[in-house]
Amino acid sequence: MAVIELTGVLKDYTTEAETLHVLKGIDLKIEAGEFVAIMGPSGSGKSTLMNILGCLDVPTDGVYRLAGSSVGELDDSALAGLRNRTLGFVFQGFNLMARSSLEDNVALPLVYAGVSRADRNQRARDMLAKVGLEGYARSLPNRISGGQQQRVAIARALVGQPAVVLADEPTGNLDSTTSAEIMKLFERLNREEGVTLIVVTHEQDIAAWAKRLVLLKDGLIQYDGPIPPEFRRNE
Amino acid sequence: MIGPLIGEALRAMAANRMRSALTMLGMVIGVGAVIMMLAIGKGVEDSVRASIASMGSNLFMVVSGAPQSGGIRMGSGSAPTLTLDDAEALMDLPGVVAVAPSSPGGAQVVVGPTNWSTSVTGTTPGYFTVAEVKFGEGQPFDESDVRGATRVAVIGPSLAENLFGGDSPIGRTIRVNQSPFTVIGVTEPRGQSIDGRDQDDVVIIPVTTAQRQVFGTQVIGSVRFVQVKAEGPEVMERLQGDMETLLRDRHRIRVGQEDDFSVRNMTSIMNAAASTTAAMKLLLGAIASISLIVGGIGIMNIMLVSVTERTREIGIRMAIGARRRDVLWQFLLESIVLSLVGCLIGVLVGVGGARAVANATELKPVVTAGSVMLGFGVAAAIGVFFGFYPARRAASLQPIEALRYQ
Repeated sequence: MAVIELTGVLKDYTTEAETLHVLKGIDLKIEAGEFVAIMGPSGSGKSTLMNILGCLDVPTDGVYRLAGSSVGELDDSALAGLRNRTLGFVFQGFNLMARSSLEDNVALPLVYAGVSRADRNQRARDMLAKVGLEGYARSLPNRISGGQQQRVAIARALVGQPAVVLADEPTGNLDSTTSAEIMKLFERLNREEGVTLIVVTHEQDIAAWAKRLVLLKDGLIQYDGPIPPEFRRNE
Repeated sequence: MIGPLIGEALRAMAANRMRSALTMLGMVIGVGAVIMMLAIGKGVEDSVRASIASMGSNLFMVVSGAPQSGGIRMGSGSAPTLTLDDAEALMDLPGVVAVAPSSPGGAQVVVGPTNWSTSVTGTTPGYFTVAEVKFGEGQPFDESDVRGATRVAVIGPSLAENLFGGDSPIGRTIRVNQSPFTVIGVTEPRGQSIDGRDQDDVVIIPVTTAQRQVFGTQVIGSVRFVQVKAEGPEVMERLQGDMETLLRDRHRIRVGQEDDFSVRNMTSIMNAAASTTAAMKLLLGAIASISLIVGGIGIMNIMLVSVTERTREIGIRMAIGARRRDVLWQFLLESIVLSLVGCLIGVLVGVGGARAVANATELKPVVTAGSVMLGFGVAAAIGVFFGFYPARRAASLQPIEALRYQ
């Protein structure tokens, strides 16, 4: 069964002057264990699609089923619970808590899941080790590099063992060498741990790490299929 | 859930130390002021109540005087119109428990090489009932001492200390204005009277002895005032009328003529004084509470700034699964922790301030557990009340917009 299933998803934004049709009918199925890149020019609706996929926003019309739940029918509190249990977020700007240690940062989703303190800390340390940051548990985010910070963010996204990890321009603030390292980490997590990954990017060499490409244009899916051969990984 | 959030609140405060300190200062001053003002109010109230208690209850003061002399009206006590016989007649009125005619004055008291200036009251045994005097040592004088004008004295404890040091004064001789008196009793400490006199630095002697051998008097048998103790508050009003009628009769004052004495209901005067101090205490507390509210508004102000500054953080928290009530609690706890820490320091400041006032002035502030609890409770309530609006604002943010906030 597909972990993500969008059927005829529409999204309108109504301003005083006009109604904007940002998504005009999206049908998309993503199976567990897939590694999907979403691309599209500015204004194509990829941020809106990402917000809907991330349960931060709900469709105006159509059905979005995430891990069996119909998202449109849930209230704020249930959406928060769904984000907490089934989704992991990785942002362009890392978005770590500046005052908290790396361990506490990684453990934060578990706080909201109600996991006990000892259990939280253990799982956070394990996760930090998995992204290559063992020994940094008590450091603060401003002590480490951007690439390391993004690894912490990935650890935080994975700590709750979510069904899907959503990464919005995860390499946007990183140089190309570090970008490649982050994408390698994603690729390894997908291959070895079976993590379902959706990466939004506007760079072909980042998208090239994925196994499937979804191309958006003007609120519709223009292309959905394997990575085109002209996309080259930046290794 | 609450545990990690309190940690977050403390971390947030530590990250902005200067700001947290200034915010707390409002609460510190507010709570400190409330505790200090209530302590001062309570101190004044207590001293008034103690004076009332030491004076005795259900008390009348009959003062001689207010006569006319060739058209010039004299003040109370200026003419010796009350006599010991008047006092005895008052004693016979129904409802009177005791009367104490008194002739007060000052005198130099000498014991061997030591001498001390003090106040001397000539009175009758009724005085000890009227003023509810308890004895530390020895005993009061009795009616036979008054009749015989014997040279016996009851002295206050601080005078005893001054004259005899630690030794027992019972049976010792003191000279009051040259006349020798035998000390037969020492009172228990009574503190200050309502008009500020030290009631422990006194010599009490039979009124007859005082008039004949210590002060002398214009009219033999006359006294300056008579204290009258009634059996209960319910007879006070009737008794006042009865006493006035009796004395007008005895002094042969005709209808239309002014009294040459005045009867004062001391209990009602004292109660008025007590309710005045209670009102003053309330007023002090109310003024201090305003500063608490100002402190609360300071907290709200800072929390609103904090919510705006941390909009992005709120967005991230919501994205990774914080429910609205988690965010609400986070900010609410932060303002509660701010106000409680401020309050703790405020309690210390308030208690310290009360001590400083006690050292620097005549006032005796009393910090009660009640006022500390009140300050604490109000501060916690203010933390919740003024923290709620900013926390609500944080919790009602839309996650997408919060995440996009720069």
